[in-house]
Amino acid sequence: MDKIDFKIKRREFFGKFFFVAVSVLFPGALKGKKDEKGHFVRNTLREVSWGMGIEIDKCIGCGRCADACKKENDVPPYPFFFRTWVERYIILEGGEVIVDSPNGGVNGFKPRAEERKIIKSFFVPKLCNHCDKPPCVQVCPVGATFKTNDGVILVDSKYCIGCRYCIQACPYGARFLHPETRTAEKCTFCYHRIVKGLVPVCVEVCPTQARIFGDTKGRASPLVRFMRMNKIRVLKPYLNTEPKVFYADLDMEVK
Amino acid sequence: MSLPSAIFFSKFNSFFDNSYEFSYNVTPLTMRKVKLLWNRIPDQLKRLLIPVILVIGLFIAMRHLFVPSDFGKYGHYRASAVEEVASKEIKYSGHRVCEECHDDIVEIKKNSYHRNVACEVCHGPAAAHTQDPEGNQLLAPTGRGYCPLCHEYLPSRPTGFPQIVSESHNPMRACISCHDPHDPKPPTVPKECEACHADIARAKALSHHVYLSCTQCHETPPEHKVRPREFRPKKPNNREFCGTCHSKDAPSPKEIPRVDMATHGERYMCWQCHYPHLPEVH
Repeated sequence: MDKIDFKIKRREFFGKFFFVAVSVLFPGALKGKKDEKGHFVRNTLREVSWGMGIEIDKCIGCGRCADACKKENDVPPYPFFFRTWVERYIILEGGEVIVDSPNGGVNGFKPRAEERKIIKSFFVPKLCNHCDKPPCVQVCPVGATFKTNDGVILVDSKYCIGCRYCIQACPYGARFLHPETRTAEKCTFCYHRIVKGLVPVCVEVCPTQARIFGDTKGRASPLVRFMRMNKIRVLKPYLNTEPKVFYADLDMEVK
Repeated sequence: MSLPSAIFFSKFNSFFDNSYEFSYNVTPLTMRKVKLLWNRIPDQLKRLLIPVILVIGLFIAMRHLFVPSDFGKYGHYRASAVEEVASKEIKYSGHRVCEECHDDIVEIKKNSYHRNVACEVCHGPAAAHTQDPEGNQLLAPTGRGYCPLCHEYLPSRPTGFPQIVSESHNPMRACISCHDPHDPKPPTVPKECEACHADIARAKALSHHVYLSCTQCHETPPEHKVRPREFRPKKPNNREFCGTCHSKDAPSPKEIPRVDMATHGERYMCWQCHYPHLPEVH
């Protein structure tokens, strides 16, 4: 007769047993604590994996996210450096697709005069997808870009040698070379904000709540509910990068 | 086992056999073993050992010098880089901080359409203002340029989102002269549906249904103009509704296209093939 296959290891069992016992006896111990600098520190017993949800049907293309991101993160004020930007998709009669993003949407969008009839049109906010299997981290020759233990991809600008491998490797075009520091730059999910319990600035300023931020592994959070209630798509799923930016109502034309 | 190594091991065996009788004194014996082994290494290899040791030593020294001490603590990266990124200065303080002082605005915004629009969307980054409220005054855009970023009519915007065409919407007047940005309401309730449903109005203007009023098909409660999401207009829900104009025996003008309701389209509803706001012409 086969052995009984215990799904849970002894060490793991005792760990979880201890966790439950503590939580029953001292419920306050489960809440996050603040360290000496006032930073919000989560209990390490549960893994955190930050993610973002984007609801296309709510995006009005005002570009306030791209504008606030530039101000919050000191992104160079030229029209080709963005940590997040908004694209406008216009699908014309006959199936032709026009994609534009004038200054990343920072100044909003102007109406376009199209000769043919527009079948449908919508806005797609884009940013670093904080892939669970990031191609940019794999190619970095010096270990200057990395995945933190809460799933955010960061760049160590003091250690980056500016070789641009990661910019080439990113399938979503989310990275750029900072013109002054000559190091790679990208969205950090506003890491300096989320460690203090705030949301990324693009989520804060979105006037229609098209962006939702949270822990993908959380039990009850706006993001988990968003992912449960909507049909979710990610960008370029065939690359197996496992993005953590989840889109609802995303059209097939969006690449 | 290949031949040279067999010879080597056989020599070793004899060596151990000979030394068996001296096993009571371990230390000199080990020294002798090392000495014997060292003598067996060819001279050129011994000389080669010097640069090899130098290179290894140099590698260890360089690694110690150039690789930061906290590299590899959590993974293949500098552990302190996480803290460096996290210690960046915050510029957008978040609406919770604003609400601590400006509770009068909170009261106005509480039930308004802009209740979910964060303060800093219009007033800009406020972290400096929260540190020094007098020294860093925040401004708000007052002209006609800012509100259209969200409210100018664009076909790409979702249906039902309030939009205007600013060229024709009270030109030269500032938005805030009629609308309170904290509690935006139309100064008068819009008379026509196209004030909000501009995209449908544009499609209908080009269609054969141009002279039909919206209410002919959509029975609309009057409250819809004030609380549009709570009181929704009705939609036709059967084929017979379209048939009141388009069936063979309908009492409508002759130029209206007719179909045999019994055979045309079978089990489909009319709007599954025809878009009522812009019906196709054949």
